[in-house]
Amino acid sequence: MSLLEVKGLGINFGGLRAVNRFDLTIEPGEIVGLIGPNGAGKTTVFNMISGYFPPTDGTIIFKGRSIVGLKPYQVARLGIARTFQNIRLFRDNSVLDNVRVAFHPRAGYGLIDAFLRTPRFRAREAEINERAFELLETLNIADKANTAVKNLPYGDQRRVEIARALAVGPELLLLDEPAAGMNPAEVQQLVELIRFIKQKFNLTVLLIEHQMGLVMNICERLVVMDFGEIIARGLPHEVRQNPKVLEAYLGKGAVA
Amino acid sequence: MLQKVNKMLLMVIGAIVLYVLLKIMITIGVINPYWQRVLFYSLIVIVGALGLGIIYGFTGQFSLGHAAFVGLGAYSAGYFSKTFGQYGVLSFIGALLVGMVFAGLMGFLIGVPVLRLKSDYLGIATLGFGFIVKVALDNADKLIPDLGGARGMMGTPQLASLEWLFFIALIVIILTRNFIFSTYGRACTSVREDETAADMVGVNTFKTKLMAFIFGCTLAGLGGGLYAHTYPYICPGDFYFLQSFDYLIVVVLGGLGSMTGTVVTAIGWAFLLEGLRFVLGPQFVDFRGVIYALILIITILVRRQGIFGGKEFGFLVPQVRRGKPDVALRG
Ligand SMILES: Nc1ncnc2c1ncn2[C@@H]1O[C@H](COP(=O)(O)OP(=O)(O)OP(=O)(O)O)[C@@H](O)[C@H]1O
Ligand SMILES: [Mg+2]
Repeated sequence: MSLLEVKGLGINFGGLRAVNRFDLTIEPGEIVGLIGPNGAGKTTVFNMISGYFPPTDGTIIFKGRSIVGLKPYQVARLGIARTFQNIRLFRDNSVLDNVRVAFHPRAGYGLIDAFLRTPRFRAREAEINERAFELLETLNIADKANTAVKNLPYGDQRRVEIARALAVGPELLLLDEPAAGMNPAEVQQLVELIRFIKQKFNLTVLLIEHQMGLVMNICERLVVMDFGEIIARGLPHEVRQNPKVLEAYLGKGAVA
Repeated sequence: MLQKVNKMLLMVIGAIVLYVLLKIMITIGVINPYWQRVLFYSLIVIVGALGLGIIYGFTGQFSLGHAAFVGLGAYSAGYFSKTFGQYGVLSFIGALLVGMVFAGLMGFLIGVPVLRLKSDYLGIATLGFGFIVKVALDNADKLIPDLGGARGMMGTPQLASLEWLFFIALIVIILTRNFIFSTYGRACTSVREDETAADMVGVNTFKTKLMAFIFGCTLAGLGGGLYAHTYPYICPGDFYFLQSFDYLIVVVLGGLGSMTGTVVTAIGWAFLLEGLRFVLGPQFVDFRGVIYALILIITILVRRQGIFGGKEFGFLVPQVRRGKPDVALRG
């Protein structure tokens, strides 16, 4: 069974058709790249999959069930986590709390346990802390666990966002331009990081990216959008030579 | 070494020592009856202000009608005590519970429609609610004569002693702290910081806001219940817009998202109010609004994060312990 099956997805914002007839099927374990020029509708696709925008038409099937109409928190609980193009962290909160909150649906204790700090509360909290620190260690930011996120440099904030997404416990990870604002050395580290976490947490990844270096390097398959529609799909080297893509995207000098 | 000691135990011991000191000072007259009343008021403000601290400071939901919930608690608890007062302590506890449940229930009824919306509709709704409660209390005697209407209510047994006020405030501080430092508290602060992002990591933001609002209103109701049993005369004007502003100032001045700030500022505020009474004379009520506004403006200009800027006294913050995971959290 495919992990994700999107068919005929479309959305209108007032008079604007931001996404039209978008089809995408992803098998478990794949890394798929979603590329396209600015304003093509990539982030909007993410927003529809994660339940933030209800699509005007189309279906989204995740693990065999329709997720259209579910709220974002319900989609997250089913196993889809994401990061944001413009980092969206809980800025005043510590790094640790940013990650721990994603365990909220699976905290495994109730209000009474919390008020009275029962043995169950203590056991489950210890476990959440353990898991959260494991993630912070994986992302090399454990030493900053108690720092308020707003005081971290940009690169570390990106890491916290990935750690938080992993704490959701996803099977499908949606990354929206994770390399934005990074230099080539950092991008290389990011490529290795994505490979590593994909392996370690058994993930399927859908990735939006402008940096062609990263996309060509890591994605097994690409989908190219322009003006809300898919204009090409295939292996990275195929897509690269597709004249439509060259015209819409590569032709604008976006090749890194 | 010190880290090994149970912080909660230290805090309770410290509180008992403080209680004994206060008790002695009251008994030997170092704290005269006048300042004793101020002390009592500060303990009540702590309870109510922690409620608003949860709603606004930790969850980011702006409420302009907090005193109305205090008033509902005061009137319902007071009325209960007047009716069943012959049972002494039992009826006192019953009255406090009635005040909490009533205020919490009203919080639920307002929260369900309003908290589904994003942005600051809660501020408008609670502002309106404050007016409605005032009008309702002003005219309550037409339905239940014992409530006294605009003339105010008298005859509630004055059962709130130092013991009750002090230890209830202590318990509220502890329970609030336990809530804040749990997954529920983290859900609240995530909603405050970025509601959309909280939603996307699996937090049911509506449920979280509603829970915080009900909890906060329940504490307001408890504060009201204590108030009714501390002052022989209560009237609708005790729970109007200016009083809601009092709570707001305590929470903002102390620093949003800081229990420590709320508690310390609540005490400071109660004593400042009395200080103002001396400085400005009996007419001071008229100037309070001006002084409030000034304090708020200065805070926002000079130190927006409040006195404590989201920080807590160390003894309030539990240790982060790690433990061996079992499989349950994987899926
Ligand atoms: N909430 C919204 N309301 C109205 N229009 C929107 C909204 N969100 C996106 N759009 C429009 O939809 C189109 C697609 O935007 P989207 O953000 O999905 O593009 P993108 O491919 O992610 O671009 P970029 O590479 O710049 O991030 C744009 O024209 C944008 O202005
Ligand atoms: Mg985008």
